[in-house]
Amino acid sequence: MSEIKQKEGQKKSLNKIVSDLTRPIKNHYGFTPWILFLLTVMGIGLFAYILQLRDGLGVTAMRDYVSWGLYISSFIFFIATALVGMLISAVLGLIGVKWITPISRIAEMIALGFAMWAGLIIIFDMGRPDRVLNIFLHGRLQSPIVWDITVVTTYVAISILLYLLPLIPDIPFLKKTMNDQPKWKQKIYKVLSFGFKGKPEQYKLIKRLIRIMAILIIPVALAIHTVTSWLFAATLRVGWDSTIFGPYYVSGAFVAGGAAVIIAMFVFSRNFRLKEYITNLHFDKMGKLLVMLMLVYLYFNINEYLVPAYKMKLEDEPHLMGLFTGKFALMFWTVQLGGLIIPTILLLFKKMRKPVPSLIIGIVVVIGAFFKRYLITIPTLLHPHLPIQNVPEEFSTYWPTAFEWTITMMAVAGAVLIITILAKLFPVMPIWETAHEEGITNDEMNKFAEGKNI
Amino acid sequence: MKEKKHPEKSSEKKSTSRRDFLKKGLLAGAGTVLAGGVVGSFNAFAQNEDTIYVLGSDMKVLSVPKSQVKERNIREEDQMQKEGREGIPGRKWIKVIDLSKCKNARLCMAACQNAHQLKPEQHHVNVLRMDRGGETAPFFMPKPCQHCDNPPCTKVCPVDATFRRQDGLVLINNERCIGCRFCIAACPYSARIFNWTEPKDAEKYKNVEYDVELNVPQKKGTVSKCLFSADLLRDEKLPYCVTACPNGVYWFGDENENAVTNGTTKETVNFKKLIKDNAAYVLLPELGTKPRVYYLPEKDRLVPFTYEGSTEIKKEEH
Ligand code: SF4
Ligand code: SF4
Repeated sequence: MSEIKQKEGQKKSLNKIVSDLTRPIKNHYGFTPWILFLLTVMGIGLFAYILQLRDGLGVTAMRDYVSWGLYISSFIFFIATALVGMLISAVLGLIGVKWITPISRIAEMIALGFAMWAGLIIIFDMGRPDRVLNIFLHGRLQSPIVWDITVVTTYVAISILLYLLPLIPDIPFLKKTMNDQPKWKQKIYKVLSFGFKGKPEQYKLIKRLIRIMAILIIPVALAIHTVTSWLFAATLRVGWDSTIFGPYYVSGAFVAGGAAVIIAMFVFSRNFRLKEYITNLHFDKMGKLLVMLMLVYLYFNINEYLVPAYKMKLEDEPHLMGLFTGKFALMFWTVQLGGLIIPTILLLFKKMRKPVPSLIIGIVVVIGAFFKRYLITIPTLLHPHLPIQNVPEEFSTYWPTAFEWTITMMAVAGAVLIITILAKLFPVMPIWETAHEEGITNDEMNKFAEGKNI
Repeated sequence: MKEKKHPEKSSEKKSTSRRDFLKKGLLAGAGTVLAGGVVGSFNAFAQNEDTIYVLGSDMKVLSVPKSQVKERNIREEDQMQKEGREGIPGRKWIKVIDLSKCKNARLCMAACQNAHQLKPEQHHVNVLRMDRGGETAPFFMPKPCQHCDNPPCTKVCPVDATFRRQDGLVLINNERCIGCRFCIAACPYSARIFNWTEPKDAEKYKNVEYDVELNVPQKKGTVSKCLFSADLLRDEKLPYCVTACPNGVYWFGDENENAVTNGTTKETVNFKKLIKDNAAYVLLPELGTKPRVYYLPEKDRLVPFTYEGSTEIKKEEH
């Protein structure tokens, strides 16, 4: 905290903090066009999905051999991105890292948006979404899908708590400043205050609960991505039949999520004019964190590709050569070099950890992470143990159709919409924790919330 | 014959001859056809207290106890599902494919597609042209579902829509399948297919009652695969592909009886001896799936490589 304060120069008053953090809720530049844009993207996707419901999954490019495609790879990407909530607010929070205060709620918002839509993507991929209840009626514990659904739901639930709990002490400020806002908004604040009055024991209780949730979410988050990796690792297919898939996925997830947080940090710091709170220091720290995460991921990548490539088993050969020099080589090397190795090197330089370069690197890393999931899913399916024969040509190739792209974009837009709405309802960073860091006491905050300006 | 209702009878059956295995079940066969609503005639034209006369598919009039006719045809759907899930007690179905005999006639594929309401690109059994790196002459390999004893496909199904029964068959309940296609990803033999769009002749099959042992009618958004013709096995008949082959490629039988019957020649031999004498192998044994389909090696191949038939599936019309 002292570090931040020194950088910022003098103390911020509570008045300033509250007005800075609540201003974007009342008005901020470009909100309506942005929402309209997201809704349009979602509308197109919804239309495509309705057509898919009518005509069946045949509207996708998936066929009997490549039976999982863009939807499933997007699903892994979404789960991966969602994992960052756990890393930042739980792991870093528990070990007492101070600079995460302004970004932990942002990470939690990303986690919520993406985890919720991950569940929906699975439904988009189902041949019979009308039978989704069968999972509960006839669910079988042996199936990794059942594990996945269980842990994803748990993760969403804990993430909601991890988002809401730190919000409670902010509510008195919102109640005070938002009295010119629509009734329904005020009602939400009223409900969410849970009778919080700023008493010391209430603060203590909330901190305790946050701590419990933060501890709980770690195993659950590890489980969701490990289990997701088992959807693949539990099969006998070349390229998936791997023992390191769990940690490989988890480490890759942090890369995707870390980069997503950098993008969100940039957007909020500029669009919400929070530069004084999300400072160069935060971009610098996140950049360093991302370097570390990418190095770990690189380590797993080397294990995952180099060892099989060294042995070059007869079975593995078509798959690996397809990635290294064949049909997928361009995508493979672009993703590995452009999405992982070059960003790692770049971020080693201080200049590259400034906001604008970090934003660009963040975007590249996220896109790379998206296509990395594609490369994990599709090439393996194109190399079954027995030859693909007596089927139309299109069965032995795969490139997503417009249906798949638009439906996937609906999911992306949907996740961003959740983040946008949350940012429009509640401050994107905790007022009370920010105030604490500025040395403002609970008493002062209570007085302020009760209406006395200080 | 009605062993479903009287499991104890199946033990009697063991003592009956192999030839009975092939001949029995005419009525039940006709009944199935009616239940399937496809073709065939089934006319009840006289009846008294105990028996009913029916016209079998071979145009012979048969007399059978009335109660049993009902039992086969108007089986409750639940009952059908239950029996389909349990399997036929005491059996362990096994298939042997003689690769040295396969000339790519593809009548097995056609018979299978006709039986299971499949489109031309959908194969429960697929005759693959195997080319071992060009070192040896290519050969043709019919590839049905291997009905693995340790099936990776059933383990992953989240709703128990695909399952392994006591007689070793791996079946699908397409009224429960949610279409997640995890089983397709898990099957190392690419034995499973999916109804990506409306199945063939969907309109025609619309009101047909679902038969889990035939997986007909097929349903959009669900999975399908070879069932070893479980519907015929219940009637003690050989599978569709097995009898359709003109070249004697397929042997089919019961591991418990240690006997397999050739679908073309109808010859019945000792199963263990057949696979031992011919050094039979299974596909991808290293994966530990324990297939129930054995392959007799591709010996006596024609070099240079020629074969009868085309790569098109011959249409077999009913
Ligand atoms: S061959 Fe495939 S579909 Fe058939 S039982 Fe084995 S794993 Fe399942
Ligand atoms: S596609 Fe159907 S049968 Fe296959 S795993 Fe999914 S629910 Fe089970």
